Amino acid sequence: MWLLNSSIGRKLIMSISGLFLILFLLFHLCMNIAAVFSGEAYNMVCELLGTNWYALVGTLVLAAGVVVHFVYAIMLTLQNRRARGADRYATSARPKGVEWASQNMFVLGVIVILGLILHLTHFWANMMLAELAGVHGEIAPTDGAAFINFYFQGNIVNTVLYLIWFAALWFHLTHGFWSAIQTLGWNNNIWLSRWECISKWVATIICGLFAIVTIIFYLNGVGA
Amino acid sequence: MAEINSKIPQGPLAEKWTNYKAHQKLVNPANKRRLDIIVVGTGLAGASAAASLAEMGFNVLNFCIQDSPRRAHSIAAQGGINAAKNYQNDGDSVYRLFYDTIKGGDYRAREANVYRLAEVSNNIIDQCVAQGVPFAREYGGLLDNRSFGGAQVSRTFYARGQTGQQLLLGAYSALSRQIGKGKVKMYNRHEMLDVVIIDGRARGIITRNLITGKIERYAAHAVVVATGGYVNTFFLSTNAMASNGSAAWQCYKKGAYFANPCMVQIHPTCIPVKGDFQSKLTLMSESLRNDGRIWVPKKLEDAKALQAGTKKGKDIPEEDRDYYLERRYPAFGNLVPRDVASRAAKERCDAGYGVNNTGRAVFLDFSEAIGRLGKEVVKQKYGNLFDMYEEITDDNPYETPMMIYPALHYSMGGLWVDYELMTSIPGLFAIGEANFSDHGANRLGASALMQGLADGYFVLPYTIQNYLSDQIQVPRFSTDLPEFDAAEKAIKERINKLMSIKGKETVDSIHKRLGHIMWEHIGMARDEKGLQEAIKMLKDLKKEFWSNVFIPGSGDDQNTELEKALRVADFLEIGELMARDALNRAESCGGHFRVEHQTEEGEALRHDDKFMYVACWEYQGEDKDPVLLKEDLNYQFVTPQTRNYKK
Amino acid sequence: MDKDIKVTLKVWRQKGPKAKGQFETYPMEIHQSVSFLEMLDILNERLVKEGKEPIVFDHDCREGICGMCSLYVNGHPHGPATGATTCQLYMRRFHDGETITIEPWRSAGFPVIRDLMVDRSAYDKIMQAGGFVSVNTGGVPDANAIPIPKKDADLAMDAAACIGCGACAAACKNGSAMLFVSAKVSQLALLPQGRVEAARRAKAMVAKMDELGFGNCTNTRACEMECPKNISVSNIARLNREFLKAKLKD
Repeated sequence: MWLLNSSIGRKLIMSISGLFLILFLLFHLCMNIAAVFSGEAYNMVCELLGTNWYALVGTLVLAAGVVVHFVYAIMLTLQNRRARGADRYATSARPKGVEWASQNMFVLGVIVILGLILHLTHFWANMMLAELAGVHGEIAPTDGAAFINFYFQGNIVNTVLYLIWFAALWFHLTHGFWSAIQTLGWNNNIWLSRWECISKWVATIICGLFAIVTIIFYLNGVGA
Repeated sequence: MAEINSKIPQGPLAEKWTNYKAHQKLVNPANKRRLDIIVVGTGLAGASAAASLAEMGFNVLNFCIQDSPRRAHSIAAQGGINAAKNYQNDGDSVYRLFYDTIKGGDYRAREANVYRLAEVSNNIIDQCVAQGVPFAREYGGLLDNRSFGGAQVSRTFYARGQTGQQLLLGAYSALSRQIGKGKVKMYNRHEMLDVVIIDGRARGIITRNLITGKIERYAAHAVVVATGGYVNTFFLSTNAMASNGSAAWQCYKKGAYFANPCMVQIHPTCIPVKGDFQSKLTLMSESLRNDGRIWVPKKLEDAKALQAGTKKGKDIPEEDRDYYLERRYPAFGNLVPRDVASRAAKERCDAGYGVNNTGRAVFLDFSEAIGRLGKEVVKQKYGNLFDMYEEITDDNPYETPMMIYPALHYSMGGLWVDYELMTSIPGLFAIGEANFSDHGANRLGASALMQGLADGYFVLPYTIQNYLSDQIQVPRFSTDLPEFDAAEKAIKERINKLMSIKGKETVDSIHKRLGHIMWEHIGMARDEKGLQEAIKMLKDLKKEFWSNVFIPGSGDDQNTELEKALRVADFLEIGELMARDALNRAESCGGHFRVEHQTEEGEALRHDDKFMYVACWEYQGEDKDPVLLKEDLNYQFVTPQTRNYKK
Repeated sequence: MDKDIKVTLKVWRQKGPKAKGQFETYPMEIHQSVSFLEMLDILNERLVKEGKEPIVFDHDCREGICGMCSLYVNGHPHGPATGATTCQLYMRRFHDGETITIEPWRSAGFPVIRDLMVDRSAYDKIMQAGGFVSVNTGGVPDANAIPIPKKDADLAMDAAACIGCGACAAACKNGSAMLFVSAKVSQLALLPQGRVEAARRAKAMVAKMDELGFGNCTNTRACEMECPKNISVSNIARLNREFLKAKLKD
């Protein structure tokens, strides 16, 4: 199967799964922004995404996206290390025009995954998983807004951890979005720099808004 | 004395090649599979021949000294390739290309060969375009042309300043296709050290594997030598570091005639020599002469100031500049052929008008072109060349005029071949720069690419069949035959001898001294006394080489110094033969200029009554004088005239 | 103005493909108008005179076109100059007292042969897999039979300028040969003559590249930045496009 055993095929999988995850981020961002203005509105969406079949399927697809993206990343990184050869350069210099992020995508990805795990223990485990398992603590699994307030309002540790997470994500996206488009072959001499610019904007909008929202939660909690 | 038979077909000039093809013997496809051909070299001629022969069905063994066939020095040709397409509707034709080439060669080439070259030139362009060579195009989508020295029409096709590269990559891609199919067996980093003759026919070669140092044997039904020219004899030239004359020289020592060795081309537009450390000279494309104007100061005191560095080129006012090519040759101006331009530069510098610290440079000035076309257009046309110049010299040619000086570039002489491109040894062919055939005493710009590809794509694949047609019954040869044993033994002895000298001089230091003798005595201007001296000096230097050279390392391993030593050993002998030939040819023609033989105006003076022949040298043995054989050139279709680029 | 400078060379020396290599240090005094390779010539001349073995490195045309020279100088393939090969590098790029580290290309696809010389035959093999237009000599149409828009011809020429030196794979942290492959695929895909077998070519060349153990492209653009011929990564996009189109059609 060429998606597995050709280098461009593997890259295509990375590209498509990555773009899919960016789409999800945009959707998630909308939810968070809603929470800034109204906890109730946020909880309505949470309810909609509770334990029903479409939410479960959506979650599974999403999880598959993350897993595929991550597994392929490991695979590619291992292959690429092998392709580099056993002997390494004693000196290296990043040439002008090469973004730092582009050469550190795997490390950035690992930070993003660690952040994701933290995030899932905060929310998904307490909400969808708790609901499925039928066990829950003081806060009801459907009351997302309450969880936000619980984890962020006045909680400097979580807030800073999340901000670090978004920073890593920003770097990851600045290269990731552009690279995904390039892998799809949707590029030429003129669009090369345009896509790079768009890529920075996409990353900045997503991570910037996530960060702002998080800071608002830290200061004010969800909107009334 | 052996009879020289050039095997030129009968009939009118324009029909000779057609007639030849119509009546030559062919090898049928089933039999082609049973025949092996060795092709040595992967430049334009070698790669195109290997690919074409393999496409036809022959088994080809192809050798190159670089790490990949794509690196042969044809790749460095910049300007372009000539063809008689007449796409510009400026009056070009096969006959005119033929005539310009014959005239440019100062009437020392064979009419029939040159006409054939002009004839197939058009097929080359078609072939290259079909291979995906990205020639320059007009906005209408059709091919663009530029003009080149020695022609009054625009017939040169080009791909930026990298025409040689693109043509070679075209041939390399065709070759790669055949290697992939298994029809060509490619041997990289192998250097041919000898040709093996069995019963009077070339049947194989001995090579040295440059990585392992192992001596290897290869047998075939025919051997094609496409190993380029020998101007690295001069140490400093525009040739690549590894370009050498050894393969051709071994053929000569096995009995192949060496023709017109004294005819080498000195290219007028190279970056001047800077110092002793210099390893090679860099050519600036001849295309620069389309828009650049060549000049030196009119006043000697200005020249002195330039040499002392107290003045710069732009400080000299227009009226004090001597555009000597435009002055001497109003009709062709800066686009006179290379030999004429080179000699004119030397004449000015010898008279004291040189413009750099060594007094060995003239200006190539683009200020007029920048004024006329604008900097942007000039940049588009020549930008990469200007950048290259600035990187090397630290001078910006947009602001100060470039400095150029002639340098060794190409050898018109080479292994003698007949009309079928076969040397005087049956079964041994020579193509491209390695043979002597088409350029006479001087090659026109953009004609080397044409000749290399003509030989490889369209001539040899036909003519070699005429030879092979009666070889189909001959079984493959074993490399265990005594002839192979003897050849290998001789080479091993030669290597052992070199390794055991353990003297004091490095190979390069002797090569540099060789180059110095060559440049001083067998360079742009030659005279009888100097040549006689040179022969003596070369003999002495050869003696010193064989008694005082030092080569580190081992003979049976990778050894770059040994590689160089083997080549220099041959260069020393090639130099001597060049001097001998130059001494014999008591006339001036093309790249060969004997100061005793010039007109009152300082132009080359030919003696058609005495030297209308190809000088073929036959090897007689170590330390014996070679014998001169003459192939008379009978001009039946054009009348040799004094070359005139004045009007 | 150019002047004499003192530099320290740290040169990778390795006896053979399997031997263990190490750096050796050579002090040099050199004029800045000397080219980098001429400096190595001078050093080699000195080593030979001392009875030592000269440093082995690939070089040939010394005018930036054959693609033979292949030194990794101070962390850059072909050294610090942009758009230039090692042989086009002059000592005026370096300053007095500088330490210059010289290494061979390092990539699993390019095993070291000796010292600074590596085996790049993998690139030839990729070309043999499909880097050509399948036409035999003779029997082709007139060169002007198919007009080609100047823009396409120019783009094809941009890609065709590749000299096959291997700097792209040497610069790539993934040891990927995508820029090299894409340059050839692009050149031929842009021209009507090569278009005919564009799909087959893209598949065959990528398959060979993968088979030979080159890495996966992650679009860092290091190849483009270090390419002595400034080959653009937009060629890689075109290769991706050609390859995906070809695969989706299957």
